[in-house]
This record gives sequence, C-alpha cells and structure tokens, in this order.
Amino acid sequence: MTRAVDPEGRAERFIALEEHEATHDRLVWGMRQHRDQAVAAVPEWEELRELASQIKEHTLTHLDQYLEQFEQNATKLGTQVHWARDAEEHNAVVYDVLHGHGVKSLIKSKSMLQEECGLTPYLQRRGIEVTESDLGERIQQLSNEPPSHIVVPAIHKLRSDVAELFAKELGTDPKNSDPHYLTESMRNNARPRFLKADAGMTGANFAVAETGGFVVCTNEGNADIGASVPPLHIASIGIEKLVPRVRDLAVFIRMLSRSALGAPITQYTSHFHGPRRGGELHVVLVDNKRSERLGSPDFWHVLKCIRCGACMNTCPVYRRGGGLSYGATYSGPIGVILDPGFDLRKYRELPFHSSLCGSCTEVCPVKIDISEQIYTWRRVVIGNGLLTITKRVGMTALGTTLAHPTLFHAAESLGETTLKILPRAVLYNPLNPWGKHREMPTVPRQTFRHWYLENRRKL
Amino acid sequence: MNVGLFVPCYIDAFFPEVGIATLELLEKLGCSVAYPVDQTCCGQPMANSGCQDDAAGAEAHFVDCFKDFDTVVGPSASCVNHVRYNLDAIDQTPATRKVRTITRELIEFLHDDLKVTAFPWATFQHKVGLHNSCSAVRKLGHVRPSELVYQPHFSKTEDLLKHVQGVELIEIDRPDDCCGFGGSFCVTDEAVSAKMGYDRVQDFHRHGAEYIASADMSCLLHLKGVIDRLKLPMKVIHLAQIFNGGPL
Repeated sequence: MTRAVDPEGRAERFIALEEHEATHDRLVWGMRQHRDQAVAAVPEWEELRELASQIKEHTLTHLDQYLEQFEQNATKLGTQVHWARDAEEHNAVVYDVLHGHGVKSLIKSKSMLQEECGLTPYLQRRGIEVTESDLGERIQQLSNEPPSHIVVPAIHKLRSDVAELFAKELGTDPKNSDPHYLTESMRNNARPRFLKADAGMTGANFAVAETGGFVVCTNEGNADIGASVPPLHIASIGIEKLVPRVRDLAVFIRMLSRSALGAPITQYTSHFHGPRRGGELHVVLVDNKRSERLGSPDFWHVLKCIRCGACMNTCPVYRRGGGLSYGATYSGPIGVILDPGFDLRKYRELPFHSSLCGSCTEVCPVKIDISEQIYTWRRVVIGNGLLTITKRVGMTALGTTLAHPTLFHAAESLGETTLKILPRAVLYNPLNPWGKHREMPTVPRQTFRHWYLENRRKL
Repeated sequence: MNVGLFVPCYIDAFFPEVGIATLELLEKLGCSVAYPVDQTCCGQPMANSGCQDDAAGAEAHFVDCFKDFDTVVGPSASCVNHVRYNLDAIDQTPATRKVRTITRELIEFLHDDLKVTAFPWATFQHKVGLHNSCSAVRKLGHVRPSELVYQPHFSKTEDLLKHVQGVELIEIDRPDDCCGFGGSFCVTDEAVSAKMGYDRVQDFHRHGAEYIASADMSCLLHLKGVIDRLKLPMKVIHLAQIFNGGPL
C-alpha cells in the first residue's frame, strides 16, 4: 500500500524552525494583505469573480469544442499541437520533439503542469540538461525540492538559506545574503545558459480557443527569453487552461496578479501566436486526470483554478506549516483538493491538514468552493476506509457515545472525575496532544444539565 | 416565543455558566425556554472528520430532541452551522428538514429575530477583543469576512455589544484569522493548531485585551488552554455571559 504523506509531522518540523515559520507566516500573510488592498480598489470585484467563474464553467462544460477550436486555430498559426493523455505521454512527446532536434540543453520557465508530470527528472535521465529560469524555481531545483508555493516557490527559505545554497552551487560568499548580490549572482550564472540553450519550455496561464494563441504571465521575463532565444519553444498546457475568446482574458488578467501578490498585473503578460520566423512552436495539451475530474459532480469545480495562490496566502495552516508539509506538487488548500485526485492513498491525510476555516473559498477569484471540497474529500477518504486507525476508532466511539444520552452523561461524569483526580504528569503525557502546548480545561462543579435538573426542572 | 435550548456537548461538560447565561438571557428577553435534558451533540465532531456513519446516530438523536419546537437556539455558531448546512448523515425527513430550518445561533437570534436594542441589566467595564469564529464569519455571516474587503463593513456582534455599558472593544491585527481549534484538527494537527492558537492569543494580548469574547466556546476552550499555559493576564468569555451580565 502506498505510504501516505505525513503533513502534520512535516508541519511540526517546519514550525520547530522558529525563524523560518515566523518569516514565512509574515511574508505570506503580507501577500494576503497586498491582495486585500488591491482588491479593495476594484469595486466590481465580486462581479469579476462571478464572470470569471461563469466563463470557466462554460468553457469546462464545452471543453471538447473549445479544445478542437484551439487546435485548429493554433495549427493555422503554424503551431504544432500534440495531445497527451497523462504525465507519461506528455514527457514522451516532449522528449521526442527535443530528441528530434538534437537538444542537449533546455531552459524552462516555471510550470506547475511540468512539475506535476515530473518532466525535469524524466529529461535529465535521458541526458538533457534542464535549467529552471524562474529565480525561486531555480533555487528549488538546486535544493532538490519541489516548489513550496505555486507563485513564490522558495518562500519557505530564509535569505541566509539561499546564501548558503548559492555559495555551494555558484561559489558566492556564504556570509553575504544581500538579495541584490544573490540575484545578480544568479543572473550572471543563468545568462550563459539562456544563450546556449537549444530549446525553451514554458507552461501557459491561458489558451485562447478563438485565436489558437496562449498567454504566459511572469514577473521576471524569464519565459520570454527562454521562448525567444532558442529556435525551439515547447509549451505544456493543461486542458483546463482554455478560455473561449480574447476578451475573456481581460477578466482573468485583472484578477490573477491582484489575487496572487496584490499587483494590478504581472510584469510580463506575453501572448504567443505561432512560431517566430525561423523557429518552431509546439504545444502539448495535457489531460492527466483532468477529464476524470470533470466527470466528478463534487470536485469538477477545481478545474476553474487559475493557479494564483491566493488560497495558500490566506490559509492559516499553510502559513504555519509551510508548503513542503503537503509533500505534493500542489500545496495549500488547492493542493488539498487537487492532490488526492491524483493518488488518494498517498494524499489521504491532506484533507485533514486544514482547520476548515473557509478563508480559501472567500479569496478564490474564480469562486471554487475549496473549503467545502476539503470537507467532502474527508468523506471520500473515510468512505474508502483510508483514515488512520486511531482517528477512525476514536470517531466510532465518540459517535456511539453521542448517539446515546445515557452513555454521554456517563462519559461526562467519568471525565469530571478523571480530570480532577489525575496528577499533572499523567494528564500531560505524550499521548495527550492537547496538553503539549495547552492546559487542559478546568472541570466545573457540575454540568449544565445537572444544574438545570437541580434548578429548573419542573416535574 | 417558545424556544428549545440547544446546549452543545462541550458547553454542557466544561462551561455550564454559558448554558445558564444563554437560558437566563433568553428568559429576560421574554422567551419561554425549554431544555430537552436528553440532548447530547449535533454530530459535528464525527461529520467534520468525514465519518458520516458515525455522525448519523447523534444527528438522528438531535432531530428527535428538537423536532417539536418552533425555534431552537444554541450559543454556538459552529454547531448551528453543522445543523443548518451539514446535517446530512441521516435521511432528510420532514422532521430533519424542519429542525435544520428552525435552528438559530444566539447572535443571529438576538440581532435578526428579536432585534434587541438594549441589555439594560448588563455592564462590562473591560477591554474586550472579539474572536468571531470561522463559522460565525464565513458561514453564518455575523460579520463581513475580511476577505470581502470590497463590500461594506458590518458586524452583528459589535452592534449588539454597543448596547452593553462599559465594553471597550479593541482592534487586532488579523481580525478573523482562524484560532486553530478546528475540532479534531486540534489534536491530529497539534503543532499547527497550537501555533495558530499562540499567534491568535498574542494578537489580542499585544493590543491590550483583558477578555477574548466569542460566540463560540469551542474556540475559547482552545484559546483558554493557550492563555493558561502562557500564564497571560487574559480571560475568555462567551458573549451570552456579557449580554446577560453573568454568570462568570
């Protein structure tokens, strides 16, 4: 049986790194605050959310048509369109194209889909050198870690961590954690790689059915160099990235960066329409369980996601435990509802790594009912008999007790006595997670029910 | 008005004074209140853990206890949220549907139904920090959630507290960040839960709160555990106790 990731244990270890946790919480909450300020300046925000949600729902419920329309129009533009049923097919298609062009060195901008497919290790195993060009993503690549955040992949690291990493990997001064110095060092390291790369890869934020073009949003301009310098550009696009018309983009472009970082727009919003002169452009349209999700009445709405990361920034559990605690490609609330769809056994604990506060649902620019889906995923985990045995046994006993007044009142009396007479050392033992950081509640002289029976019951 | 009093299980066991305050307050406001003594729990702890089968017994019993009332009032946004929106482990019989419709949370009952504009018997000369629970904010709509910054601000809880003499409301940095209780989450995800609780308590403490007041005793159970461990000079109190003028 697949070993389940242990988000609670991983989070506990991150919280134990006090400075990391405090800095992470402050920075990520800062993004939420910037989002609030940006959104407050758009009086029609709720209208935009509704529009965005409707456009996505419409597209998803007519996805076959829009995908074919996109393929037709992209082909007319000279783009070579490929289809991939799953991660394996995606990687194979990409490798075939690269291999056919004799590519030795690839520069890529950040793409959650390529992460999801495990593209980089796949290509590296086949002798292709892969360089991430987004600064945060490059830091993660050099650390052998997945991104901890969709938008800011290395947000869980301190400047000093990066200084140490760059000292080891780039030969910089390990004591100098000045961001300008570190960024400049990476820029100098990356430039030659851009220039010598045989191919560039990107993801896409949106693909437009009526034009056959697609849009890549970045803040570093790295996707543009990667797509413009080498003669070959391959873009991986999840089939849920479609929008019908160019005008629909206006809604999403207004929301994406405001939701993510509180900026009105990303620094670069690049539209690609066919290959540039003398070059080749390939697009791989990837399903990888998306159509399966589309058929799920409870969970298809997750396909509306535009990967802004607002739900992560607002999530109190994500901010404390960090993105790596999820042990998956997608972290935070969106990860909690995406990952179990890829591997329920492996990610069965994720739906419980949430306090169900509901803030994610409120910030979501495309109105995905994230919190409600987390709640429903818990039922799916239990329905498949996958809850850890301790949790399950506890709930059955509790359920039985609470279904029977006499059992409940007996348990209450037992609790009253036990809490009163047990010595502190026994009460605050390692098997009592409550007592690790919190005092136990004091037990009143009598329950409300006893008080009521004594004082109010008219017999 | 004929009201069935719903006292959630943890209030019954750990905070009888909150049940007493709710009962007395409703009576002072002219309601005729009955407390079904066989009630246990609404089923939320099991349902929140995804254990629908285990929740069904408690839910059925809850419906049985309250099906003959015109209105049910409970001093807990979290439990009322469960009854209203998630009580679906059992068949949706007419009785179930009725109970789900008539169950009101105390703040909304005072603010929306009774439209209370005075608590002449109550004074509370303290600096109070308001902890609106996630269910209260984002499910029952006591307050405009902070995420919806583009909508006009409102707070039913603050509106009601204005009618209590002496209350000085303090503001905190993160008005509706979750406290980390989260039901079984508070033990299954102990480290995260505790850290959220510590941050929440420190936010109130930093801003000079003497009391953390809430419509949800489950959050306060957790926050009190933190306050007591940190030995901070703060107390927790349910809003019913403030509106009723005790008991403390």
